[in-house]
Amino acid sequence: MRPTAPLILAATLAVAATSLTGCGAFGTDPNTLKIVYLRNTDNKVRHMDAYLSRVKDEFERAHPGKKVKLIPIQAAQPDYWVKVQQMMRSAKTTPDVVYEDTFIINSDVASGYLRPLDRYLERWRDWDRFLPRARAAARAEDGRTYGVPMGTDTRALWFNKKLFAKAGLPTDWQPRSWDELLSTARTLKKRLPGVIPLNVYTGKGPGEASVMQGFEMLLYGTGADPLYDPKAGRWVAGGQGFEDALTFLDTVYGEGLGPHPSDAVDPNVPTRVATELLPERKVAIALDGSWMGQFWIKTGGRPWPAWSKELGQAPMPTQYGQSPGKVSMSGGWTWAIPAKSQKPDLAWKLVETLQSQPNAVEWSLRDAQIAVRADVAADRRYRTSMPGIEFFTGLVRHTHYRPALPVYPRVSSAIGEAMEAVTTSDTSPAAAARDYDDELDSITDGKVVNRGR
Amino acid sequence: MTTTLASRPPAPKPGRPATGGRQRRRALRWLPLTPATALLLLFLGGPIVYCVAIAFTDMQLTGSSSTSFVGLDNFRHAFQDEHFRNAVVLTLVFTVLSSLVGQNTLGLGLALLMRRASGPVRTLVGSLTIAAWVVPEIVAGFLLYAFFRDEGTLNAVLDWAHLPSQDWLYSAPIIAVSLANVWRGTAFSMLIYSAALAEIPREITEAAEVDGAGGWRRLWHITLPMIRRSIGTNLMLNTLQTLSVFGLIWAMTRGGPGNRSQTLPVFMYDQAFLKALIGYGTAVALLLLLIGALFAAVYLRLLRTEV
Repeated sequence: MRPTAPLILAATLAVAATSLTGCGAFGTDPNTLKIVYLRNTDNKVRHMDAYLSRVKDEFERAHPGKKVKLIPIQAAQPDYWVKVQQMMRSAKTTPDVVYEDTFIINSDVASGYLRPLDRYLERWRDWDRFLPRARAAARAEDGRTYGVPMGTDTRALWFNKKLFAKAGLPTDWQPRSWDELLSTARTLKKRLPGVIPLNVYTGKGPGEASVMQGFEMLLYGTGADPLYDPKAGRWVAGGQGFEDALTFLDTVYGEGLGPHPSDAVDPNVPTRVATELLPERKVAIALDGSWMGQFWIKTGGRPWPAWSKELGQAPMPTQYGQSPGKVSMSGGWTWAIPAKSQKPDLAWKLVETLQSQPNAVEWSLRDAQIAVRADVAADRRYRTSMPGIEFFTGLVRHTHYRPALPVYPRVSSAIGEAMEAVTTSDTSPAAAARDYDDELDSITDGKVVNRGR
Repeated sequence: MTTTLASRPPAPKPGRPATGGRQRRRALRWLPLTPATALLLLFLGGPIVYCVAIAFTDMQLTGSSSTSFVGLDNFRHAFQDEHFRNAVVLTLVFTVLSSLVGQNTLGLGLALLMRRASGPVRTLVGSLTIAAWVVPEIVAGFLLYAFFRDEGTLNAVLDWAHLPSQDWLYSAPIIAVSLANVWRGTAFSMLIYSAALAEIPREITEAAEVDGAGGWRRLWHITLPMIRRSIGTNLMLNTLQTLSVFGLIWAMTRGGPGNRSQTLPVFMYDQAFLKALIGYGTAVALLLLLIGALFAAVYLRLLRTEV
């Protein structure tokens, strides 16, 4: 070997070694907590960022030397899950606290992404103040709890009284069946050209917003356990209610009672409805969530002082008005701690701060959440915070919860496809329901209850 | 004296080093390549091997923590899956329309016209075409979404000209994204063909002109055969690029409405991430690779035949 050869060899190895290990441990500073949350796709909607900055300051003051890093993910909901799940797969990239929907929690628990919090909850005095139903929402199949609920929600019909008056319709409107709802929409279409009579979310783009606000609000008004049969422990295939709900959508979009289908399946439509269509009186009736006020209050993304006078709320009726006459769906978000986080104890302290009574009240006000803690529900600021809060809280008696099972997100995705097919193409509701049954078969390996339409 | 002479080893003949030394030197020549090779193996070879491996498992992004080997199940499932078949058909439509027909012919046409054009015209057309090509894919996607959408530029222009408006993003999404891809990728073909046309000796075309061959005949009998190799190269690169277009389609239609513009890359993303079936999505990716390989094999055969 020439004298230079060992040198070259050594240099080569050194370069290779450094470049291979260079991508080692970054972002795992023991004193920094990473908290990841969903940021609205509308750049003006920033109330969550503002709230979290407040909590961050409070936490950093209380724990000198510790830092909180806010990691917003600005995306449509379906893309948010993907991003967070990928982050949670590795200890190097995982956040320490995650804003997690109850919709995905069981699926993520089954993947081993989340840490059970029972050890912490046992010693946390505030846990007893959470309503039993809320505590159950974040409990997984193994009986352990994986998230601390921040609030809950219900869903109903929002309608614009000004537009109703203009169309000669009563401003204390309360439809008693799907048919009444549709005939009102037809009247609006006739008398108010240029106004969208009724908005019902649909299609794959809006993701769970379509499936829960749009489809399940219809489906759960058709009869008992239309999606999952808890007694049999199986998903329901071939249900008549499923096809009827699709037929309703087919009617809305086929008769031009809703937005143009190309707008309806746009992933950003939920934001548009809240910040543009409703405030600008471009839509008369919207099947939507209890939280809509968050956009229109002072801290919201689209302040609209007149909203409380201009908008009315009506419960979503059951299909034919059959008992109990009203239907609502409830979900909600939690704070969870990923399994791969290296700082669970410190992360828990942050969750405690996020969910302290004053902060929980503050969040309920800013996000127009329905309280899940007795001491928040009793708070005077909360009770007088939002017009319509009693109405939406009252719906809790008639509300339904989604089947909290690990495969639910995939079932939801299949429902979104059926909705999109009916909305945007010539697919008949019956054919779309059959496609859903096939898809359900493959998701559950054939473990379904067939109701045989 | 003689002893010293005798003890001296025989001088190597010039230009022929001793075999041991030559081998060592050859080995040493490879030495500087080792870091690059190591990095390539690690960062390119590793993930590829990993991908091939998980295509045979039922790995999920969420919903299940255990991953098990399922053999060819994913591939079997793909061939029975009508959504997969739909994606294959749309991928072929997209590739043929936007790459073979669109970019290729338009690129050649532009290159031919630019040979005859004056300097300023050439600069203008060239820079416009290349500008479309250099913007990032996602930017191009949003630009074209803004162009085609309901209240977009195209409809504004049609309106102004009192022509009926269009809603291709909704009624013919695969056509809309194909047109978008033509707009975006033509520059590449144009550059390749411009270079190829510059290689054709003037005497040949002039001789053909003297013999009385018209424009089309000259193109068919002289120009095309002479740039045959460039055509093959261009088709190959173009097809492989078009097969893997994702961002453009995602930004414009997200594969919708329904799944009427869901080409294989979009289908892959949908299955692997939105439906959390990473194993299945990866298997589809391998099948896409196969389709690319088939196209490549065909072009290579075409390139081999001599005139």
